[in-house]
Amino acid sequence: MPEPLSASSVPKISPLFRLQWEEAQNCHVLLYPEGMVKLSGSAGEILKRVDGQNSITGIVDELKQQFPGVPLEADVLKFLEVAHDNGWIRIL
Amino acid sequence: MTTAGSASSSPAPGKPLWLLAELTYRCPLQCPYCSNPLDFARHKTELDTADWIRVLREARKMGAAQLGFSGGEPLLRPDLEELIAEARQLGYYTNLITSGVGMDEARIKAFKTAGLDHIQVSFQASDEALNNYLGGTDSFRHKYEMARLVKKYEYPMVLNIVIHRQNIDQMEDILRMTVDLEADYVELASTQYYGWSKLNEAALLPTREQLQRAEAIAHDYQARMKGRMKIIYVVPDYYENRPKACMNGWGAIFLTIAPDGSALPCHAARQLPGLEFPNVREHSVDWIWNDSSAFRKYRGDEWMKEPCRSCPDKHKDFGGCRCQAFMLTGDACNADPVCDKSPHHAALVAQVEAMTSRPLPSPGEKPLVFRNTRNSKALTAES
Ligand code: SF4
Ligand code: SF4
Repeated sequence: MPEPLSASSVPKISPLFRLQWEEAQNCHVLLYPEGMVKLSGSAGEILKRVDGQNSITGIVDELKQQFPGVPLEADVLKFLEVAHDNGWIRIL
Repeated sequence: MTTAGSASSSPAPGKPLWLLAELTYRCPLQCPYCSNPLDFARHKTELDTADWIRVLREARKMGAAQLGFSGGEPLLRPDLEELIAEARQLGYYTNLITSGVGMDEARIKAFKTAGLDHIQVSFQASDEALNNYLGGTDSFRHKYEMARLVKKYEYPMVLNIVIHRQNIDQMEDILRMTVDLEADYVELASTQYYGWSKLNEAALLPTREQLQRAEAIAHDYQARMKGRMKIIYVVPDYYENRPKACMNGWGAIFLTIAPDGSALPCHAARQLPGLEFPNVREHSVDWIWNDSSAFRKYRGDEWMKEPCRSCPDKHKDFGGCRCQAFMLTGDACNADPVCDKSPHHAALVAQVEAMTSRPLPSPGEKPLVFRNTRNSKALTAES
């Protein structure tokens, strides 16, 4: 069972996936063997900050600077939990 | 992707998201279910490196994101490293689809440097004797070693095993092997019966009982390995009542370029009569995808006949597989007879029943027809 994520967890993109901006789709995508997940705008904004160094708190702080006044803490955590369950990210 | 606006207008084509580059028809193996065309020996010319690079660039510009290097055996191309590097630099997710024969550690390393994303290794069976018999080559140990190295170099690894009457009873063993090799994904593929596998159908099509046993084992492993290894089991559609959404629709997302440069909406489409497949040596990928008559022929739903034409599911499965419809009914515009709404469905069921109720023919009475140059030439000289 994967452990629950906490604010201090440091996520990184799983080696089974590759994140990239896809011009033709006009969105970020996750590529994996013979498949592709298209990401929503907010999912892309979160995942592009997942670099194996930034903690979840760090990611939230960056997003707050970019989108001031938007309450996003809970949503970020919720999305990262889904991403973790899907195997898109790992926790270091 | 764009979808059809109104039901009667022909839809604007989507993007060729998936590009399959069949680099060569040459192969050291001889699998009797190979999906290469029966007459592959007649298509000897191969695109050169510059042609392939042009194709990769044009398709990428049109939105292709997934690229499969396959064949035949793509490792036989000495320019594979160069093509991988170009593809990766263009932004493709690069998949190498290989038998593992022709691979060694130095090459696995070189592919990594070139930017290869994923390697898929095929096995013919989980025991050495059967694997080597079916592949017509002593390849088992080498494959095993290569699969270990694929993981050592931290590639995501897919193991692909084509499942049929001769290896389906080893399902437990096969899955144990994939666990031992630490596969990330396992594809248990059933053969589609055309080309080589059609010739060998009586020796390959599993019985319903075999299938049920194997499916139970596969489901058990799926549950047990959840989160660690993903098992994809595609059952033979001859046992279904609704067809597969073959290729996600004709000319919808898949583009195959055959070794000689012929562009195909599906790697098996070469067998369909009355289609002239455009060649990348003469046309741009853009024209081929958007304008060529071969790619427009079964795109959308205007070509459909009854029962598909008025069926509510026609945008779900697109009437199934055109090749299967042609082979089993003589008309590629008919519904795939796997569908129980097809007037040909009962005949298919009876045929499958008759074939699988006979004992497996011994190699002496009906030898497997292996996929090799000699057989290809002999078979296509007759017709
Ligand atoms: S199916 Fe077998 S014979 Fe055909 S290309 Fe693949 S490895 Fe070669
Ligand atoms: S009738 Fe045609 S479209 Fe409808 S389910 Fe059968 S094959 Fe698919």
